[in-house]
Amino acid sequence: MRHHLLLRVITKLLVGPIILFALYVQFHGDYSPGGGFQAGVIFAVAFILFGIVFGLTKVKQVFPPWIVHKLAALGVLIYAGTGIYSLMLGSTFLNYGAFTPAHPEHGQHWGILIVELGVGITVAAVMVAIYYAFAARPPVINDEEW
Amino acid sequence: MAGSTILPTLGIIDQLPLLTIAVPLVAGPLCVLFGNKHIAWVLAFVASLISFLFSAHMLLQVLDGDVLSYHLGGWAPPLGIEYRVDAANAFVLFLISGISTVILPYARKSVEHEIKKVSHTLFYCCYLLCFTGLLGVVVTGDAFNVFVFLEISSLSTYVLIAMGAERDRRALTSAYDYLILGTIGATFFVIGIGFLYIATGTLNMADLAVRLAGMEGNRTVQAGFAFIVVGMGLKAAIYPLHLWLPSAYTYASSVVTVFLAATATKAAIYVLLRFMFSVFQPEFVFETHILTFIIMPLAILAMFAASLIAAFQTDLKRLLAYSSVAQVGYMILGIGLATKISLSATIIHLFNHGITKAVLFMVVGAFVMQKGSSFAKNLNGLGKQMPWTCAAFVIGGLSLIGVPGTAGFISKWLLIDAALEEDLWWLALLIVMSSLLAVVYVWKIVEVLYMKQPEEGSVIGEVSISMLIPMWILTIACIYFGLNTELTLTSANVAADGLLGGGAQ
Repeated sequence: MRHHLLLRVITKLLVGPIILFALYVQFHGDYSPGGGFQAGVIFAVAFILFGIVFGLTKVKQVFPPWIVHKLAALGVLIYAGTGIYSLMLGSTFLNYGAFTPAHPEHGQHWGILIVELGVGITVAAVMVAIYYAFAARPPVINDEEW
Repeated sequence: MAGSTILPTLGIIDQLPLLTIAVPLVAGPLCVLFGNKHIAWVLAFVASLISFLFSAHMLLQVLDGDVLSYHLGGWAPPLGIEYRVDAANAFVLFLISGISTVILPYARKSVEHEIKKVSHTLFYCCYLLCFTGLLGVVVTGDAFNVFVFLEISSLSTYVLIAMGAERDRRALTSAYDYLILGTIGATFFVIGIGFLYIATGTLNMADLAVRLAGMEGNRTVQAGFAFIVVGMGLKAAIYPLHLWLPSAYTYASSVVTVFLAATATKAAIYVLLRFMFSVFQPEFVFETHILTFIIMPLAILAMFAASLIAAFQTDLKRLLAYSSVAQVGYMILGIGLATKISLSATIIHLFNHGITKAVLFMVVGAFVMQKGSSFAKNLNGLGKQMPWTCAAFVIGGLSLIGVPGTAGFISKWLLIDAALEEDLWWLALLIVMSSLLAVVYVWKIVEVLYMKQPEEGSVIGEVSISMLIPMWILTIACIYFGLNTELTLTSANVAADGLLGGGAQ
């Protein structure tokens, strides 16, 4: 990659805005098209692009696989945890209105924001994990292994 | 508080239908976050135990014909997702969570032996997700939600099967086969749901039942019905659609095989029952003649063909896998007869076969652990070296055949009863004859275990007590449910009543 100056410079320029755009899609999702899933994929694309241009070792230094795995689980927990929290407030699973009983709309706003955050984290982590799994795959399977 | 007037406060009892699913769902990612295999096992066991206690409580609640309904997110059905528990699904929930709770103590040693160390945490995570998916498929009252949970359980099942690659690389190809066939099945199922949605504009099962009444002649509905039956038939391994099952069960690690054999096909059979009898009215199902011309012949074919194939197998795991296909035949036969007794027979066989197969596969897991093989030729004379394990096999085998005093007898008796009630004496005869085939393959193994001489100089001991106790809990359950049928028969009867009497209304 040493010689591909253009690719390297443009990638470095793009990674930041891609992540920023992902965050925009994530948090503006309740007003405009978007939400956790799309944001997660865009977020992961920043790392995948970085990995394609600078190599798997470099991207793994930035975003170590063990953190990727934990984040994938954390996102699901955030989602399920929101539901459990509404259970503990004595309402049904994922009934966000229960968060602020005096003003259910506020609770619903918060609820969907947190749940979408969970979705975003998991999707981003899983996309990166899939990329790692494919990119790190050993080229051939030895005859002995069969 | 101002809010308490707007939102009624629910106690833990009201939350049971949801908590049964939510507890393992939360425990799964927690396993990964902790990243320690001992904590993962404890989490899996505790989550499974909690689910089991909740399911048992729900089963007792619905035994008098009550229906529990839970609205997710506070959105009322038919718009919102509804969890709906009646006797039919409470009984299946009870089976799945019960089996899982008994398997996990057994799993600890077996997983350590068969799965590579780094994957243990992920194994328990996948196991919990699969468990969640199976429970979810059963508990939900929303047709699309069934598909979602089906995918959760299927995807984790593919991973669990592929993990058997540590012992035999063929696990990878069998997991891949199952991936392809399972995806086709799930796709067919969701296409069917799509057709029903086009025709009725609803996804809630109870609402579907109401709106489908009087739409018997509608081609869209008929096509939807066909897609659903074939899709679920693939998942349930109904005879010509069973091709994924033998390899998947043979090459998966022992614990996975025990769990899948006892629960996965059962959940699919439950979905078939639910769709054929409470979403679609029984009149619709009769109208299409599918029961007489497709389901019944396939059931009889399964009982004989799969049992015959089983009799010629040399690998014990594969033998039992084919026997599972044959046993699915009995359950399908009950659906085919479509009377109240025959549906009771299907539901009770679902339960009894679940515990019986779990015992048998646990025994095979013990052989794999001590002897490193499940091939009959390597098991010569183990009856003396592993007396407890082999005794469990004999009792499980008797229950598989349907000898009086074991659980298997009750379900076959009911099935024969149902056949005689319809004056189908030839069918009753066929049931008995196919049971004789089960005698052939069970006896084949008993002969190897007890009549042959062990190899010279082989010193094999009994498996550890932590594996023997779960095995024997289920073995005793096999006998207990053969002698005391109060719980199983009542549940099955109430469930059949609910299914035939338009339980979805």
